[in-house]
Amino acid sequence: MTTEPELAIEASGLVKTFGETRAVDGVDLSVRTGSVYGVLGPNGAGKTTTIRLLTTLLQPDSGSARIFGHDLVREAGAIRTKVSLTGQLASVDEDLTARENLYLLSRLQGFSRTAAQERADELLDGFGLADAAARQVKTFSGGMRRRLDIAASIVVSPELLFLDEPTASLDPRSRNQVWEIVRALVEVGTTVLLTTQYLEEADQLADRIAVIEHGKVIAEGTPGELKTSVGSGTLHLRLASADQRADAERVLGRFLEDPAGVRSDPVALSARVPTELSAQAAQERVRQALAELASAGIEVNEFSFGQPSLDEVFLAITGHRPDDGSTNGSDPDKEDVA
Amino acid sequence: MTAQSNQSITATTPDEATRAVLIRSRPAQAGAGTTTWVFCQRALLKLKHGPDQLFDAIGLPIILTLMFTYLLGGALAGSPTAYIQQLTPGILVMTLTFMTVTTGLNLSTDLAKGVSDRFRSMPIWQPGTIIGAMAGDIVRYLVASVVVIGLGLALGFRPAGGVVGVLLSFVVMIVFVYSLTWLWISLGLGLRAPEAMLNISMMILMPLSFLSNIFVNPDTMPGWLEAFVTVNPLTQVVTAVRGLMSDTVTGSQLLWVLVGCVLVTAVFAPLALRKYRTRQ
Repeated sequence: MTTEPELAIEASGLVKTFGETRAVDGVDLSVRTGSVYGVLGPNGAGKTTTIRLLTTLLQPDSGSARIFGHDLVREAGAIRTKVSLTGQLASVDEDLTARENLYLLSRLQGFSRTAAQERADELLDGFGLADAAARQVKTFSGGMRRRLDIAASIVVSPELLFLDEPTASLDPRSRNQVWEIVRALVEVGTTVLLTTQYLEEADQLADRIAVIEHGKVIAEGTPGELKTSVGSGTLHLRLASADQRADAERVLGRFLEDPAGVRSDPVALSARVPTELSAQAAQERVRQALAELASAGIEVNEFSFGQPSLDEVFLAITGHRPDDGSTNGSDPDKEDVA
Repeated sequence: MTAQSNQSITATTPDEATRAVLIRSRPAQAGAGTTTWVFCQRALLKLKHGPDQLFDAIGLPIILTLMFTYLLGGALAGSPTAYIQQLTPGILVMTLTFMTVTTGLNLSTDLAKGVSDRFRSMPIWQPGTIIGAMAGDIVRYLVASVVVIGLGLALGFRPAGGVVGVLLSFVVMIVFVYSLTWLWISLGLGLRAPEAMLNISMMILMPLSFLSNIFVNPDTMPGWLEAFVTVNPLTQVVTAVRGLMSDTVTGSQLLWVLVGCVLVTAVFAPLALRKYRTRQ
């Protein structure tokens, strides 16, 4: 282990096009061995394609990458012994039972018949699936399936694990379980690259985050750095009447930054707290803004003040909200399948 | 209440148990033989969990055999018993031919569902994925053959070639269906949706089955149709299988079938394996 290269992933200028779509358009990444790296982006941003390139499932049109020093194209075989993928789609066989899935995968990883049986049972115990071992996977809940998926990826714990939106459509409890599994993996030295649409998830798990959009990395840094670039938080409001929206924006603009409406909702507004303020000062500023709205006779039905969302990270970095309609339909990098 | 549910989350948090099962030592890599055998086992397990795959394949030949024998047997061959002599080998070839689509369909479904992504990113002998699945198919073909021939025997089918003739014809059919399977696998790898693969294969197999010598003697057809029926590869296979079962086969009949099978395999097997490796 001491001989492991310092960088688990070193990618430069990766490009992958599908017809007209440049799904991955010049991605650079460097991921330190032993760290958790988050790739954050909306549907269709190129997250899944990036992972498929890095796991040798796709060949890049241009650019290059090294995984633990091995060339992505020329040394694909060596890379496959070091990495493991938990795709967004269920990558276990729904018709088979949980034990059968893990037994067959253990055999493929080189375990003998008896050792594979033992390994399968060990994994089922470790992931709290022992009671469901003999059930067909199609009867599993989303959370159980995801745990089995991850168990299947660590039959031999890989040096580098790719998790493609590991908690998409999971309930909070299952999500916490997945997070715990990721933390446990990191403790034994596994490098993890995970994609997510949630800043909170990246914040919880990742040492560094890359924000990607339209196949390009548009921002990179620690979660702290990214959040600072977004601001100390955002105030969300719902007005009693849409007529007062322009007045409200004017008032908010005196205390906060970029007051903006929400396209789909004429009474909704949001505004960011200036970046340079401390958490305490930010709260004070929000209080002032709300008081000023009240004294200006603008009626507020609801308000909330919270951590920046992915939308706001995008807004801050790109100046616009993530595309949601146009890129999904015919996009080969379909990411909303789970 | 809240405190309790919080506690239960903590209790089931799998970190301790998870940590305990993480291992870094990798056993020696599985060889080509083991890999192929594992995928064969997988196919058999899928059959065990979904035996309806078999009912689909067997229901149709039973219905067709009964229907044609009693409805048309008298008109087409003088009597149902006379007709069953030529119908049984024909229906058997047709049944196995349709069953080959399942292999391509299963692979296509694995690709669509993402199961293949895991296998393709593993350090295993990749052709084993396909070859193992094909090896597992032999069970389906055996079951279908036993059912069709059993039904034929019950209805008065008496093959002059005896047990040896029937077994030899099984060998010929297996060679044929495995060569055909490579075609569906190539097709399944080329298309995105399993449904498309199914539709195209049915569009190919339906006319080939009915415009063949399976149900009707080509001598009774107009010249242009007879010409098509004669060059139809299914007709060639049915002729060879009938010949083996009735002990009237000629060397050239067998040779044509084998040459055809070798050609199809030589084209589509490398194509399929290459496509599987490089599929984007």
